[in-house]
Amino acid sequence: MSSSEMTETAMLKGAMHDYWSRIKAGDIGSLPAVLGLIVLCIVFGSMSSVFLTPGNFANLLTQAAAVIVIAMGLVFVLLLGEIDLSAGYTAGVTGAVLVILITNHNVPWYLALIAAIFVGVVLGFGLGSLVARLGIPSFVVTLAAFLAFQGILLLLAGEGGTIRVEDKTILAVENSNLTPTLSWIFFIGVSVIYVLVGLNRINSRRKAGLKSELINLWVLKTVGLLGVTGLAVFALNVERSNNPDLVSLKGIPYVVPVILLILVIGTFVLSRTAFGRHIYAVGGNAEAARRAGINVKRIRVTAFMICSGLSAIAGMIFASRQNSVSPTTGGSSTLLYAVGAAVIGGTSLFGGKGKMRDAILGGLVVAVIDNGMGLLGYAAGIKFIVTGLVLLISAGVDAVSRKGASV
Amino acid sequence: MSTPILSLRGVNKSFGPVHVLRDVDFDVHAGKVTALVGDNGAGKSTLIKCIAGIYTPDHGDFLFEGNKVEINGPRDATSLGIEIVYQDLALCDNLDIVHNMFLGREKKRGSVLDEIAMESLARKTLDGLSVRTVKSIRQTVASLSGGQRQTVAIARAVLWNSKIVILDEPTAALGVAQTEQVLNLVRRLADNGLAVVLISHNLNDVFEVADNIAALYLGQMAAQVDKNEVIPRQVIELITTGKSAGVESAGAKK
Repeated sequence: MSSSEMTETAMLKGAMHDYWSRIKAGDIGSLPAVLGLIVLCIVFGSMSSVFLTPGNFANLLTQAAAVIVIAMGLVFVLLLGEIDLSAGYTAGVTGAVLVILITNHNVPWYLALIAAIFVGVVLGFGLGSLVARLGIPSFVVTLAAFLAFQGILLLLAGEGGTIRVEDKTILAVENSNLTPTLSWIFFIGVSVIYVLVGLNRINSRRKAGLKSELINLWVLKTVGLLGVTGLAVFALNVERSNNPDLVSLKGIPYVVPVILLILVIGTFVLSRTAFGRHIYAVGGNAEAARRAGINVKRIRVTAFMICSGLSAIAGMIFASRQNSVSPTTGGSSTLLYAVGAAVIGGTSLFGGKGKMRDAILGGLVVAVIDNGMGLLGYAAGIKFIVTGLVLLISAGVDAVSRKGASV
Repeated sequence: MSTPILSLRGVNKSFGPVHVLRDVDFDVHAGKVTALVGDNGAGKSTLIKCIAGIYTPDHGDFLFEGNKVEINGPRDATSLGIEIVYQDLALCDNLDIVHNMFLGREKKRGSVLDEIAMESLARKTLDGLSVRTVKSIRQTVASLSGGQRQTVAIARAVLWNSKIVILDEPTAALGVAQTEQVLNLVRRLADNGLAVVLISHNLNDVFEVADNIAALYLGQMAAQVDKNEVIPRQVIELITTGKSAGVESAGAKK
């Protein structure tokens, strides 16, 4: 063995050791969500013949989509150590705005979507201002908003109760797919960009003489990630219609690129901009952030605006999935599933710790439990109890790991 | 002695009826550690907050490098190169060392954070202070010991080509070994040419690193003397009674 290989092995050992000490220090990140996802898929896959079929997989993604998007918005608020309990009904209200504009007023879908997001951002500005400027706890402000937004949604939905949407683009988000060819092109395009960005990062750090991630480890992680997602694209490209001659169902659902776009933008904002850095700082130690010259109030208000703005996109996904908006859109278990998704994915309820991808991993865990138990014929009551327990365990892990880190 | 980098002359500050600082004169020299001592309520914190621009003095003059300046806010102080390291360290536990050192003043390329520039500069600053105890500057502050955190807080203060660094009780919460480590760092700051103001209750620390001792007593500068001209007992007398046999009091010079 050459000496350079020796140092490589030593460095790999060092990296493993660093990772292990991070886990011991309570920085477990997304590990439980990933492991949980694998275990759940094995369990449900062995118990149900339907669970691991491409059809169910596509179904799972579209089921999880709206909750994931709300959870991605919640990550911003949770990072500050705040909470938005009204995010579900914000999705309902903005979804209603979208559908009313399209159906009743013949507004083009893109203008209606911009209007819905604008309404969401304004609602978020109101919530954030009450929290940051008046100092009312976010728990109370958003609990009040939870009820009030439900009321607004009832008023908007009006006598009939539901407003149908027939716009093709809006319906396509949850009900149509990229063609298989486009799916592969999309996958390859995203992969190439991902690899180039990663390589560029390692390269520029090396050039500057800074310690960079081990290339072997990075290759391993990248190949693993692209392998799994490639497999997913392959599965989605399989014909999943029962009657392919009548209607063909294959390819990546349109909602997947939508979520991916939000993931990329959100991750960029959180990890590569000063604004994102300041969100983490305020969540970690608001006083330190204030002394460092950060406008803490503005950061708080902006986080609530982002959360509600993303809820509006979730509202569009709901409208697309249900073909309509009703007084229960975004209600019921939506919000708790979304909070659960973020926390299960590894975002801390105490603020300062979390990532955009947590929402996706946690959202998939929640959706898998919901979907898998549904397939096994469990009652809705049992599903709620199990999901509640999983959320409680995640929050427990969060609290205990935080204790471990502070000792 | 050379011209002080910062001189305060006749500084007064009242909060309502409470006259906290009375005609305080205070000199800070580059390359020297000036200890600011005084009992609780003597006005130490108020004085440094006036220097840092957090409070505006009612009247009194600030001379910076011999020129009269106005400090009307923290930004004025920062632009003169005055940095404060607070007692309860203003660090974010969840961020790593580099992020903490640049918090609020991140280096950017366009609107994107320039991590490489920040990490290199952080590394250089820590090396310049001969800090060898920190293994990786990408570890979170939560994983650091009290002394290491204090080191990061001090390194953050010197990162900005600052000229005056004010340390508010930097060793108050530290053990023996870590106190030693921080005091060594304080000494090195001064040896690197910075003016250091050290607020401390601990006379052992003061006599170990300070060149110059200023004692506040009930809002008045009892005396500012060279360390070698006094013994700890005299400093204690200055702190507790405002005067000491054999020490020319600040008021008497006028």
